[in-house]
Amino acid sequence: MNVHAPVDTSLSLAALPNGRQATVAGIEWDRLSIPEGRRLRELGFDEGVGVEVLHRASIGKGPIAVRIGRMIVALRRNVAATIHVSLAA
Amino acid sequence: MNAAPLVALVGNPNAGKSALFNALTGARQKVGNYPGVTVERKSGRLVLDDGRPVELVDLPGTYSLEPSSPDERVTRDFVTGRQAGERLPDAIVIVLDASNLDNHLRFALQLIALGLPVVIALNMFDLAERDGLKLDPQVLTRELGVPVVPTVAVRRRGLEDLKQQLSGILEHGAAIPLRASDGVPEDIVTLQRRARQLAQRATVSEAPTRRWGHALDSIALHPVFGVILLFAILFVMFQAVFTWATVPADAIDTGFLALEQWIKGLMPDSILRSLLTDGVIAGVGAVVVFLPQILILFAFILVLEASGYMVRAAFLMDRMMASVGLSGRAFIPLLSSFACAVPGIMSTRTIEDEKDRLTTILIAPLMTCSARLPVYTLVIGAFIPNRAVLPFVGLQGLVMFGLYVMGVVGAFFVALVLRNTVTKGASSGFMMEMPKYQLPNVRDVALGLLGRTEIFLRRAGTIIATTTIILWALLTFPQVPAGSKVSQVNYSIAGRIANTIEPVFRPIGFNRDIALALIPAMAAREIAVAAIGTVYAIDDPESDQGGKKMVENLRGRWSLPTALAFLMWFVFAPQCISTIAVTRRETNGWKWPAFMVGYLFALAYVSAGATCWAATALGL
Repeated sequence: MNVHAPVDTSLSLAALPNGRQATVAGIEWDRLSIPEGRRLRELGFDEGVGVEVLHRASIGKGPIAVRIGRMIVALRRNVAATIHVSLAA
Repeated sequence: MNAAPLVALVGNPNAGKSALFNALTGARQKVGNYPGVTVERKSGRLVLDDGRPVELVDLPGTYSLEPSSPDERVTRDFVTGRQAGERLPDAIVIVLDASNLDNHLRFALQLIALGLPVVIALNMFDLAERDGLKLDPQVLTRELGVPVVPTVAVRRRGLEDLKQQLSGILEHGAAIPLRASDGVPEDIVTLQRRARQLAQRATVSEAPTRRWGHALDSIALHPVFGVILLFAILFVMFQAVFTWATVPADAIDTGFLALEQWIKGLMPDSILRSLLTDGVIAGVGAVVVFLPQILILFAFILVLEASGYMVRAAFLMDRMMASVGLSGRAFIPLLSSFACAVPGIMSTRTIEDEKDRLTTILIAPLMTCSARLPVYTLVIGAFIPNRAVLPFVGLQGLVMFGLYVMGVVGAFFVALVLRNTVTKGASSGFMMEMPKYQLPNVRDVALGLLGRTEIFLRRAGTIIATTTIILWALLTFPQVPAGSKVSQVNYSIAGRIANTIEPVFRPIGFNRDIALALIPAMAAREIAVAAIGTVYAIDDPESDQGGKKMVENLRGRWSLPTALAFLMWFVFAPQCISTIAVTRRETNGWKWPAFMVGYLFALAYVSAGATCWAATALGL
């Protein structure tokens, strides 16, 4: 397992297949606006947290529903694209 | 001086705070406003076991003490004693969702650090257990140093315990602060990590059960079936408004008619009798008849909200909303605006982006509010034949649905134009927590409806009654001389005003009666119905024989193109003083309400005109 893989080569949450368990490897905070970043932190997004994509509103675009901890959060894909995840072993 | 201790109810959104508030205070609630902001201040009276009263305030749900919207600011200012006109609360009840401690404990840590006496309600404890989560509240009590009480607000469980603990901390004053060694972590990430540790320690066991909510979401959030379901729900909602309300509405109608007859039998014909029957009863009665419909609509919206479905609808609608530069979040205020634009516009304050919010406010009046229902129902009932187009789908309901669709299409079009011109800017995001599905609590829905009924009847009793009395006076004076051929309405002050402005409306197919009704209807749309009711009560040549029904009067006096143009006018026209006032408050000035009124009247005039000409050309 390559623990030291640079963040940008890992899978983004937007591309994570439905139902695959993953953990947040890193978040590109500078690609988010300040309120977006704060809301994301408030919803509990942080390195090492377990996440899973549950539903996609439509094919291609539209928001996704993500499980984080015991909570379900709706995110737009451009935000999800800044969240990098590594697949759980 | 108010001696009752002030206690604030605080927590994350979706923690079941309002249900707990309802369970603790019952019907002893008061809804007001904080000075300067339109955030609703909901307070209620709670009586402790020893008989001491406590004033409980339900604060807006928020994720942290760093506000990102006006209502979140109220919560922060309230618990820190900075809210104008409020004293520092004597204690805080923190409401946590037991099955979401990871997230909710973070805010609780921030609140406890404020140093006020605190009790924690570990709410929705039953749902956590259902999800296979076993918690030990004792661990939390020990770690946090504050009393923690498991509660199930909707089943009224744990309330006595909570009241007892509240009584205890109110007596002993200050809370035990966080253990000194822990310090007070400042930033969200540190707090969040500590919250997760705490949640882990308090968790005895956790079974990874697939929640039934997931199965439900597989349909509700499905790109195809989810959308079909949403539209089916909306369609049922609007059909129900029509079919279920018939019996109670007829009963109310009969009641007012009986009242009128009773007064007519009791009093000799006089100005006073005319004021009571033609003014007050005809006017107020014409509006109160619609209470059942309005309540059915509100019941649907309350149930959709309480069940957790509303956010799913926002999720589905996000993409469509994004295409006109809005976010799915705007869907919730817009759907509420179907009941009334005023609470709809007020609920836009949860939208963080300023331009996004402004656009939502400006298009909210295009959602068909319940005040339009009286107008639509009356005109559709009079002019659209009541026959089935398909099994269970009546033509009248279909026309009504079409009017709703017109409003929505208009709103999307306007949003698109605004977002590319006056409210140009980057699209804001859509990030929302999806609450767990829950069976709505009958009590909570009933309390919500009770509040709405009160507001509606107060409106009918004040604004509407006053406006119809003024209108009655303007229609009654001066009295037409005996033997004159001029009708009373044309001879009266109101009739003269209406005849003067009628040329403005003639090109779009409106007659004198409509011109007359539109002026008082600036106060509220449903007054149009009351006004027409009053006009025909005074102008009805057969009124001595008990009078014709309003519908028959309409059929005799309006052409079909006129009726259709009138309906179209009401799809767009900003005939509501409350909406204009709330827009002024929410946008801090007259600029935006003036803009809103201007563009809506222009749209109303053009579309009513187009409808009238098209209908005439088609030979309707």
